[in-house]
Amino acid sequence: MTLLADFTDAVARYEAVIGLETHVELGTTSKMFCGCATEFGAPPNTQVCPTCLGLPGSLPVINENAILFAVRIGLALHSSIADWCRFARKNYFYPDMPKNFQISQYDEPLCVGGHLDVEVDGQTHRVGITRVHLEEDTGKSLHVGGATGRIHGATHSLVDYNRAGIPLVEIVTEPEIRSPEVARAYVVELRELMVALGVSDARMEQGSLRCDANVSLRQHGESRLGTRSETKNLNSLRSVERAVRYEISRQAARLDAGGRVVQETRHYDEGTGTTSGGRTKEESTDYRYFPEPDLTPLALSADYVAAVRYDLPELPAQRRARMAEKFGFSPLDLEQMRNGGVLDRVEETIAAGAPPAEARAWWLNDLARRAAEAGREPAELAITGPDVARVIGMVAAGTLTSALARQVVDGVLAGEGPPDEVVATRGLAVVRDESALGAAVDEAIAANPDVADKVRGGKLPAVGALVGAVMKATKGQADAQAVRALLLERLGQG
Amino acid sequence: MRELLRLPATEIAAAVAKGDLSAVEVTRVHLDRIAGVDGEVAAFLHVDAAGALAAARSIDEQRTKGEPLGPLAGVPIAIKDVLTTRGVPTTCGSRILDGWRPPYDATVVRKVRAAGLIPLGKANMDEFAMGSSTENSAFRPTRNPWDLTRIPGGSSGGSAAAVAAFEAPLALGTDTGGSIRQPAAVCGLVGAKPTYGGVSRYGLVAFSSSLDQAGPLTRTVLDAALLHEAIAGHDPLDSTSIDTPVPSLAAEVGRDVAGMRVGVVRELSGEGYQPEVEERFREAVALLGDLDAEIVEVSCPHFAYALPAYYLIAPSEASSNLARFDGMRYGLRAGDDGVASAEEVMSRTRAAGFGAEVKRRIMIGTYALSSGYYEAYYGQAQKVRTLIARDFDAAYQQVDVLVSPTTPTTAFPLGERVDDPMAMYLADLCTIPANLAGVPSMSLPCGLADGLPVGFQIMAPALADDRMYRVAGALEAELDARRGHPLLDEVPAL
Ligand SMILES: [Zn+2]
Repeated sequence: MTLLADFTDAVARYEAVIGLETHVELGTTSKMFCGCATEFGAPPNTQVCPTCLGLPGSLPVINENAILFAVRIGLALHSSIADWCRFARKNYFYPDMPKNFQISQYDEPLCVGGHLDVEVDGQTHRVGITRVHLEEDTGKSLHVGGATGRIHGATHSLVDYNRAGIPLVEIVTEPEIRSPEVARAYVVELRELMVALGVSDARMEQGSLRCDANVSLRQHGESRLGTRSETKNLNSLRSVERAVRYEISRQAARLDAGGRVVQETRHYDEGTGTTSGGRTKEESTDYRYFPEPDLTPLALSADYVAAVRYDLPELPAQRRARMAEKFGFSPLDLEQMRNGGVLDRVEETIAAGAPPAEARAWWLNDLARRAAEAGREPAELAITGPDVARVIGMVAAGTLTSALARQVVDGVLAGEGPPDEVVATRGLAVVRDESALGAAVDEAIAANPDVADKVRGGKLPAVGALVGAVMKATKGQADAQAVRALLLERLGQG
Repeated sequence: MRELLRLPATEIAAAVAKGDLSAVEVTRVHLDRIAGVDGEVAAFLHVDAAGALAAARSIDEQRTKGEPLGPLAGVPIAIKDVLTTRGVPTTCGSRILDGWRPPYDATVVRKVRAAGLIPLGKANMDEFAMGSSTENSAFRPTRNPWDLTRIPGGSSGGSAAAVAAFEAPLALGTDTGGSIRQPAAVCGLVGAKPTYGGVSRYGLVAFSSSLDQAGPLTRTVLDAALLHEAIAGHDPLDSTSIDTPVPSLAAEVGRDVAGMRVGVVRELSGEGYQPEVEERFREAVALLGDLDAEIVEVSCPHFAYALPAYYLIAPSEASSNLARFDGMRYGLRAGDDGVASAEEVMSRTRAAGFGAEVKRRIMIGTYALSSGYYEAYYGQAQKVRTLIARDFDAAYQQVDVLVSPTTPTTAFPLGERVDDPMAMYLADLCTIPANLAGVPSMSLPCGLADGLPVGFQIMAPALADDRMYRVAGALEAELDARRGHPLLDEVPAL
């Protein structure tokens, strides 16, 4: 039974020191050192060749796009890009490692230093980046016959080498994170950065972004680091936060009891939210790193790096600052739009002429609700920013009521064409024709003489029933305010 | 016409091109010769008679159709078994690759096929190219055609013996520390190790990636130049291959050496050198002087450390390169009883599949790379390597080529050094510096000592492979003229 300290007590007594190592699968179309495809979900062992299978005699060749992507990441993280670096072999035996060594980088990484600013509750935390390096992914083992798909108890294992050789960057932070919330926010920010840079889809659920968390505790005011544990393969934001939280409570209880934290690798169980011990440092592998002799050193020119820097897209933090300044969004607005994944759509809507507040409201309310109903992300809806801007524009011009506007959106989502087409084919425009409206008003008065008399007698709220009748007669295409005004005028109350 | 089997490759190709000989006839004669003598010589591990005859027929068809044929088209060739051959067993002289048929050709194999050469089969070798006598073959030792009780050199001993026994006019070998030149020397052949990166290593099953190079083993300097040209050139599949045009080498054969500066390496003589070997070497140097080359004595002080540096670097790289042989994906699998774990099966497979010398080097390399020892061994050896490269640079300031005996002694008796690795390693004393520096080097026969061939080594600056062919061509012509016939005419009949 693992003793746990209350989390609040734990962080009152100890300072948590957290460092994250994040592996990001790059979205290159081919693998790191061969030409094989990287598409997710292909049948096992169909995206393989002599090189990524590690067949005798095969050799690696560096994928230029992987270098480009890694440099983009380094520049976005304010790292310095090495003008000379090398790959290294990390030697260890495992069936999902075709060569029984992994081509990685060791003491000569591509990107060194840097930082990423993350915001939690309106406060900015600067997380220092130690290094960013490139390496190849391993294959994937499937353990068969055991109870839980784990190797323990399995009768045999199958290995899929489709993933072997997919380019990965490892992004290592300084041990500067102090809370589970900041750890989570760092991963959120990093993930958004990867997507903005176009270097990865960064889908944690597919394993294309995964984290290892190093956690240690020390007394407040102490400058030396405590002994750390390393929790491997955290596959969701929730796992990152919960695993770190759990480790803080676990280690605090140990220290409280006068014990010591063991330096070890731990595994996180998503079901129970707990970590369990694995390999201790004492028995850990000696990876016998040495420079990869099959690859020449990588020497990127200053011109190359400058060109990559020039081509960098706007980064998420820059964008949020710009949107706050230009459109007047509050930090809360931005956080909601970001969490809802609609920043792009809102911006497209504004660019097509919609007022920022209305663009935001449409995407966060109406469209978000419809997306939720369809079980999709708002950004996946079959409606564009310009479509939404057009609808907003028609409402502002009075050609659509808000009820009609919703019907137009229905039509667009149903694939009936852009808003103007939907308005035309469904005949949804507001009835502006004074004579047509006048006839409907006269009809309503004639059909409801009692109500008309009440209004004439000064009971103004009674006009509502007549408005309803007119709206019904015009199939909702009249502007209720205009109808009301016209009725009152005809009944001598205008 | 001389007996077909004894013709140089260029003459066979000329006869095939003219229609005086068919490639099929040439191939049959060589297959018959193999059938007749290889029981004694043991040069081949696998003879691919069907493949060879099919290739020969296609050459004959090309000729009939009037298609142009290259200068070596129709000439049979032996392929060292460390080079992958599509669909044809490739064992590297090891039990651990039992049953493996590579799905692809090594680039050099692809190139010899494209040049119209006819691969006869796979030549015996020291296991994974580790050795200097071919006694480390897991299958059987190869014998020296000059004296069947003696070693043919190694590791390309099968390639050399095949050519010296007239089983093949040409052979491909590989040279990591002398594995082409030393067998060439002790079998009375021409053998060349190209500039590192001059020939693709794709499909050359790596022993020591930063040292391995494939090259020709032939009976004449011109044959070597042509075969070298055929396999040279940039290969996008090998990052360490140099992107420069294929050197023009055959054109150098026949040029004079008047005015060329030839440096005799002072450190590659003296104690440990067989007096008759030094005598033949000095006579050949004098001959170059007679041809108006300028003879200079040059000192390369760090060559003394080449052997120890080599025996750290090569095993270190080998320990990693050979990690992939684990029984999981191809080749031998031992001890898979349904109970043993993957780790145990890997361990049992490697214990059963590797020979003693391979295990020795894996252990040395693993030790040299392990943390805490890396700097003292691998790191220090790399520094020595730099110093040796500087010795070469300094020497080439003074001279055009460097020369030395290829080996300190002539072929030693089978069994003499198998239990004395240090004595075995000394066979490569003169050849290792060129591998460490990546410079080209070749050996040609310069006479007999007690009835056994003596090799004359020529080293040139990187990418100046042409220079050594110029010197070798001139020396060969002068030696043959003075002797009245090629040295190989003196090899005893089998
Ligand atoms: Zn591949």
